[in-house]
Amino acid sequence: MPELNLTSAPAHLRHGSNIGQPLTRRDGILKVTGRATYAADNHPQGMLFAVMAVSTTARGRVVSLDVAAAKRHPGVVDVMTPDHKPQLAIDPEIKTNPFVFRMEVLQSDEVRYANQPIAVVIAETLEAATEGAALLAPRYETLPPLVGLDAGESFAPPVVGVGNPAESHHGDVEAGLAAADKQIDATYETPPQYHNAMEPHSIVAAWNGDNLQIDMPTQGLALSLARVAELFGIAHEKIHIRSPFLGGGFGSKGLMAGPQVLGVMAAKLVGKPVKLVLRREQMYGPVGHRAPTRQRLRIGADAEGRLTALDHHARTVSSTFDDFFEPAAGASHTLYAAPAIRTSHDAVRVNTGTPLFMRAPGEATGSIALESAIDEMAFACGMDPLAFRLKNYAEVEPMTGRPFSSKALRACYEQGAARFGWAKRPLQPRQMRDDAGLLVGWGMGTATFPALMFQAEARAAIRRDGSGVMEIGAHDMGQGAWTALAQIAADAVGLDIDRLDFKSGTSDLPDAGIAGGSAHTATAGAAIHSAGAAVIGKLADLATSDERSPLFGAGNAGVIARDGRLIRRDDESRSESYAEILARAGLAEIEARGTGAANPAAMEQYAMHAHGAVFAEVKVDPELGQVRLTRMVGAFAAGRIVNPRMVQSQLFGGMIWGLSFALHEEAVTDRRSGRIMNANLGEYHIPVNADVPPLDVITVEEHDPHVNALGIKGVGEIGITGSAGAVANAVWHATGVRVRRFPIRIEELLTQG
Amino acid sequence: MKQFDYVRPATITEAVAAAAQPGAVFLAAGTNLLDLMKGGVSRPDRLVDVTHLDGLDGIETLADGSLRIGALVSNADLAHDAEFARSYPAVAEALLSGASAQLRNAATVGGNLLQRTRCAYFYDTASRCNKRTPGSGCDAREGENRSHAVLGWSESCIATHPSDFCVPLVALDAIVEIEGRGGRREIALDELHRLPGDAPERDTVLEPGDLIVAVRLPPAARGFAAHARYLKVRERTSYAFAVVSAASALRIENGRIAEARLGLGGVAAKPWRARAAEDALKGVAPTADAFQEAARRALEGAKPSGDNAFKIELARRIVVRALTLAAAGTPARIPALPASPFASTSGAIHA
Repeated sequence: MPELNLTSAPAHLRHGSNIGQPLTRRDGILKVTGRATYAADNHPQGMLFAVMAVSTTARGRVVSLDVAAAKRHPGVVDVMTPDHKPQLAIDPEIKTNPFVFRMEVLQSDEVRYANQPIAVVIAETLEAATEGAALLAPRYETLPPLVGLDAGESFAPPVVGVGNPAESHHGDVEAGLAAADKQIDATYETPPQYHNAMEPHSIVAAWNGDNLQIDMPTQGLALSLARVAELFGIAHEKIHIRSPFLGGGFGSKGLMAGPQVLGVMAAKLVGKPVKLVLRREQMYGPVGHRAPTRQRLRIGADAEGRLTALDHHARTVSSTFDDFFEPAAGASHTLYAAPAIRTSHDAVRVNTGTPLFMRAPGEATGSIALESAIDEMAFACGMDPLAFRLKNYAEVEPMTGRPFSSKALRACYEQGAARFGWAKRPLQPRQMRDDAGLLVGWGMGTATFPALMFQAEARAAIRRDGSGVMEIGAHDMGQGAWTALAQIAADAVGLDIDRLDFKSGTSDLPDAGIAGGSAHTATAGAAIHSAGAAVIGKLADLATSDERSPLFGAGNAGVIARDGRLIRRDDESRSESYAEILARAGLAEIEARGTGAANPAAMEQYAMHAHGAVFAEVKVDPELGQVRLTRMVGAFAAGRIVNPRMVQSQLFGGMIWGLSFALHEEAVTDRRSGRIMNANLGEYHIPVNADVPPLDVITVEEHDPHVNALGIKGVGEIGITGSAGAVANAVWHATGVRVRRFPIRIEELLTQG
Repeated sequence: MKQFDYVRPATITEAVAAAAQPGAVFLAAGTNLLDLMKGGVSRPDRLVDVTHLDGLDGIETLADGSLRIGALVSNADLAHDAEFARSYPAVAEALLSGASAQLRNAATVGGNLLQRTRCAYFYDTASRCNKRTPGSGCDAREGENRSHAVLGWSESCIATHPSDFCVPLVALDAIVEIEGRGGRREIALDELHRLPGDAPERDTVLEPGDLIVAVRLPPAARGFAAHARYLKVRERTSYAFAVVSAASALRIENGRIAEARLGLGGVAAKPWRARAAEDALKGVAPTADAFQEAARRALEGAKPSGDNAFKIELARRIVVRALTLAAAGTPARIPALPASPFASTSGAIHA
């Protein structure tokens, strides 16, 4: 892979600090000219192509594979099967840490879900490997698969999400419901959904002795490396992973997936570099998905419209062989000030790949149900949905009583409603029509997502020529990390961004933590910030302790770093450039490391969440049931905004996904076979450009002194929350028909003419 | 991928001969065929590439006022031909409501007619499908079938024909010109596609080697230009097949319907010509009642093939709407969201 040459086009020239500037993405020109090297673009010398054969049965056993037929096909080099594969150092069924999920790497002939890998054909060409896989003609012993939310006996999972309790209580919900003036009891269903990143999961693996070179898109370089190391029994330093660009991840590239391990195994088996890329339909199984849910909400309110109780129960599914439980009911923990809140989960096991993190796991599924139910409750109370939400505004985190580290939700409501024109909304549904007679409806939803942080490390250096280096193994999955993190880095070392060499995207750089949980900018940014401060501190030590420096005697606290110079704080006429300081000290470079992590004391003391308010307008054809989103305004408060342009794009993307959730997206599973019948982008509907009207994003000013040194909360996932419910509520307001199964389908709206 | 022969005949006669052999198929743009081959749904031994044949990519008006469209004209070129769009607005609107811009740029007139069903069980080679493997059974019948046929289906197959283009074409009495081993012949488009009966593996009446060389619109088809619409209800605004669609075309004289044409899409294994509805409209005033009656007749005999009863009611409503829109007059320009119920109010600036 050639050196990355990120652009410094005129759009990057600006005055003032780097953070806060709406820079265009520095990798943009590489991408639009096709020069950005994605994993599957790598073709090491002698590389072979691997294609997975996947199961068409969802439950059973593979009883035969026609390996001979595949091997006879011209160009086929080898066929990897449970009987013919490199041994792994540990059993892949062993969960060595909470972020390890079971995967299928040909450890047995058992089939646990449709699309499970059952063999890998390695060939000189992609075409030969593809045909080889087809020629395997597997035969199965098949058992009736477990499918759907009622597949079997339900049970209460020990934890949901990552280590969250499956049940939480605050106050007496039953008493609150009994005392309520108005109650609703409503059940909502959300379908299985698949990440469908534009770039399929891929890997190019090359062994050189026991050194292993991997090109692979990942949201977690360090976690992936650790998993490869333990599976293959090799030292961490023998492995090098490059992941400079991801064509989307959305959670499905957070952890090393089984097919990618198969690519490494295949390369070991044949002793040559191997490329393995999933076909689109193969992404519907072994790389995670969003589990379906059925959520029951019981809500009570008093005569003034104050909540008396909120009970949110979610049924979900996990696989038959591992645990991930979509924490949908958790969405009710933070938003509304009910004196009694109970959330609970139960689950059934089905023959599916294990569900995993998918953009706002729990929050997205929970939000559409909660925001629909709140809308229903507001109407039952005869109140405007915004007035109802304000009436029940949580001044402190309802479940814990902790204050919020910051919460500009009220401003989000105000600014969003004003921009949208919400005040003119009639209370009753089915009141508005446009000139063409189409029904018009307005709906809203509250957005929320926790402000999380993981752990990261960064290395900063100042070079003798006065330029800077920042190294961190961060992940640009399309969100703009190459740009936003470089902005933070440039400020951290007091340089213009063009004087900074920002290195990222490979596993030999300091661990940036996972790009997930909307925490990457905050976490990696904090590490960068602290590494920069540390290296500037060292530089200042050099200068202020050297009597030849104009800064001699200024002391650390007495200088500031700006534009490649250290400047005496109380006398700006006295300054010295980084280059001069290093030259006099005879140093080629000065370096320091820094870390970023959550502050446990602050987390104990404060509830930390981003918030937002989304307002949607839909039009519905009264006879034909077709729905169209015509306007959407989202106002979000997420602490400091590092790059407004990237953030706006992130929020657009989230809002569009909310639209998708409400109106389009669903994996259709055949009840009998357990196979997904629409595992392609033609039939698994996500919105196209023609479905999306111009969107309006407002980023509301919010200063948070507690979340982290930079005040960043993260915007990766919040956009989908609130938005889905806003669209669904707008459909109700347009039609008077409350659809509680998502996505909302045409036939549900045909009931009235 | 399975090895296959690829031949590029120089003449239509050579093409017909090359494709007449068992296991051979024609390749035009391949927007459907290549997907079928990649998925193992279709495993031909020989591709006969007709894209280089001369004389199949023209649009010409014949002496009698017919319009002859070469089989290799792309969907996009045809839809964007200004004269064509003026004369046959419902056809242009249907074309622009189909697939995506990229697909329309590639897809051909002949290929559009011969595209296969989008039934998921046809594409899923692990499922039983009488259309893909005759006699194997139909897993759609008891499966996920909310988008399947409500007219003309049989126990052996409930798939629908997915074309938008064909719906107004069949309503306008389009004629298909075919070159076969026995020379040139022509049939009505309405007779090209077959209902499944006991042999759903045969989508059309074409014989081995038969090559569609042109589609012809007869002179009378121009007479509907002032009152012709295509309306398509779908699950997203572009790149989605019709849940149900309708093409309606009226010739209105002195406030009465002199002649009506009505086709339905997404309801059967063929583009569905609703002649009983047309008869009911002949000579009557274009009123809501008349359109309701037409809708009733159009769906006479419809029955759910699964979880799709809603499509019957939806189809009735689409018929009423399509007729209402046609009666109101063809818009001066094709709407930015072609065939969408939101066409008139979308504010969108692209198709």
